[in-house]
Amino acid sequence: MFRNQYDSDVTVWSPQGRLHQVEYAMEAVNLGSATVGLKSKTHAVLIALKRASSELSAYQKKIINIDEHIGITISGLTADARILSRYMRNECLNYKYSLDTPMPLNRLIGYMGNKMQHCTQRYDRRPYGVGLLVAGYDELGAHIYQTCPSANYYDCKAMSIGSRSQSARTYLEKHLEELQSSSLEELIKHGLRALRDTLPPEVDLNTKNVAIGYVGKGQPFKILEEEETSPYLALIEGEERRGGGASAEGPADPLREDAGDDGPQDPVPAVAMDTTE
Amino acid sequence: MSSIGTGYDLSASQFSPDGRVFQVEYAMKAVENSGTVIGLKGTDGIVLAAEKLILSKLHEPSTNRRIFNIDRHIGMAFSGLIADARQIVEIARKEAANYRSQYGTNIPLKYLNDRVSMYMHAYTLYSAVRPYGCSVILASYDENEPQMYLIDPSGVSYGFHGCATGKAKQSAKTEIEKLKLGNMTCKDIVKEAAKIIYIVHDELKDKNFELELSWVCKDSNGLHVKVPESVYADAERAAKQAMEADSESDTEDM
Amino acid sequence: MFDPMANAPPLWSNGPTPGSFYNFPGPQTKPNDHFTHSQSPVTTATSIVALAYDKGIMIAGDLLASYGSLARYRNCPRIMEVNDNILLGAGGDYADFQYVKSFIEQKIIDEECLDDGIKLKPKSLYCWLTRVMYQRRNKFDPLWNNLVIGGIQDGTPFLGTVDKLGTAYTDRAICTGYGAHIALPMIRDAIEKKAQPLTQAEARALIEKSLEVLFYRDARSYPKYQLGIIDQDEGVKIEGPLSVSQNWNIATIIKSV
Repeated sequence: MFRNQYDSDVTVWSPQGRLHQVEYAMEAVNLGSATVGLKSKTHAVLIALKRASSELSAYQKKIINIDEHIGITISGLTADARILSRYMRNECLNYKYSLDTPMPLNRLIGYMGNKMQHCTQRYDRRPYGVGLLVAGYDELGAHIYQTCPSANYYDCKAMSIGSRSQSARTYLEKHLEELQSSSLEELIKHGLRALRDTLPPEVDLNTKNVAIGYVGKGQPFKILEEEETSPYLALIEGEERRGGGASAEGPADPLREDAGDDGPQDPVPAVAMDTTE
Repeated sequence: MSSIGTGYDLSASQFSPDGRVFQVEYAMKAVENSGTVIGLKGTDGIVLAAEKLILSKLHEPSTNRRIFNIDRHIGMAFSGLIADARQIVEIARKEAANYRSQYGTNIPLKYLNDRVSMYMHAYTLYSAVRPYGCSVILASYDENEPQMYLIDPSGVSYGFHGCATGKAKQSAKTEIEKLKLGNMTCKDIVKEAAKIIYIVHDELKDKNFELELSWVCKDSNGLHVKVPESVYADAERAAKQAMEADSESDTEDM
Repeated sequence: MFDPMANAPPLWSNGPTPGSFYNFPGPQTKPNDHFTHSQSPVTTATSIVALAYDKGIMIAGDLLASYGSLARYRNCPRIMEVNDNILLGAGGDYADFQYVKSFIEQKIIDEECLDDGIKLKPKSLYCWLTRVMYQRRNKFDPLWNNLVIGGIQDGTPFLGTVDKLGTAYTDRAICTGYGAHIALPMIRDAIEKKAQPLTQAEARALIEKSLEVLFYRDARSYPKYQLGIIDQDEGVKIEGPLSVSQNWNIATIIKSV
């Protein structure tokens, strides 16, 4: 029934010192559609790929605003993300109420990390099955944070999570040096290209399936409307696409969750939870 | 491990027939999968050093530090799961603040160690929770006296002159034992600490790492702080030179 | 006057009393969670005098803690250096101030431990203390203080105050307690007469004069005081104990009638 006898609860250590339940929760992040976060000195940008659950449904919301200066994208269980985003909104409001200044990102993320950790240590809880990319601008500058179901979080120069996100990370690593001094427009272009690298060749980005959000110096967090994204999409249109995403991994059409009748797949945890950090 | 698969190792509230609590031992394995952390006590303070493994180029260098401040005069380094360690940091800070509000003075490390290890021990008693997946080193310099304790996931703690935990704790201990800690000051110890972290780092298995150094000593006025940049640079340089000298003599041997 | 009905016994046990409003028999429902909290201060400190000048702020308060009208404790500092950019001055109940001081100190330590490069700012502390004071007032358990918060934020001097009711405001000159009546009009007059902001020397002279006048007029004041300064160039310092200059020459002319 179980993959092994040590993966039934978050309270069980495996003989190797691993927490399989937490590692499985990490896999939930990879089931969501890809999302990219990147920043320059002055701006932080979030780009996400939206899915529609069926022909008749709208595209699922991927970017959520938290406060004037913070926004997130999600990958994994949307319902879990809503709990976390409500928590973050609340913390931001409380911070502002008591100290009359916007909440610094690192403090918000730190609180949330501690909140999420509780769910990885108690029999009556399960980890949050969602990964977040948090973009924000505070007195220390622009930030991209990544959070995981394991309650780990990372202060990132750029990051991508979600299905097939490795291709996007490869793109970002390659262009890491340019990001620091990029303008907002360039950042968005880099983000879109990184996201496009996660797509299979027959799919392309369009105004329906792309969400863009950004925040920066003197710029409150803004989520672009459909018609507002098209100028940015036009900027990278026609560029030669890199080979990313053509591999056989994952469902053929990442834009449709109901594609195929394979039923739920047993995820293969590729990455062990990092016990080092 | 002999009893794997016998079913007595699934809960922290269960003994195996030979009297062991396997869940606690497994938690210690999590600690051993993590980067090495050492603490060294000199005549005038304590130095903490950590090997922070870098997981991705995309991360900022400052992310996920492995040495924390608990109070002005107390530092903590950990190895194991960082999320777990942060909970320990939280409760250690709360205990330090609580002591101050009740007694009006800094908490002596002896008492903080007592309280934190009791807390960690409590998580080894029930099936509803799991033991913490981290070991922590607590260090302080108070009333001109350096003190250091290491707490394991079991909740057991000992005072130390020099201690190590994490991946390469054995070889780090061997290196520490070579030092004459009893008559060294923190200025010298910082360099030795950096050297040890560089020596025990496994370049084949783990690619990049970042050295973290902090101290709480006379020079820092009894405050636990990151070592000053110049001291850090000197220590890192000394460590790298020692490594180079080492590898040169290795090649000569061949 | 004799009123036969006033003390009339009830018609039957626990029953209605003739001539009074009808009460239900049985146990009376009264709120049982009401109790009396601190309704008056005990050991108190008097005015705080604070000024913003061109490059910083200054807060002064004497060292006396009175027990009623008795000058009981004469070395009670009540200017606090919160961090290198915030000063806090307090009047009112001295024990309450010590309590406020201790939790602010812990707050600063907590922040230092985070070591994230973010430091509490004067406006943040002012806002936070306002929330604390107002919430205590709504619990009918106020901290019996007048607090003055000063510092430099974004290059401009900041002064704010909050009292035991949670009433808060910011101004270029703030005096609490008796000083609000005696010193503040004098200070405002001096500020208005000069078109430019005061210099540090002018501000200091004005504060010294205010404390002198207060010492003549306020029976709870004391001629030993501390002066806290935050200056853009010089940083933070608390001077003292300093002495109020006094001149009692005219005292002999005053005749009681």
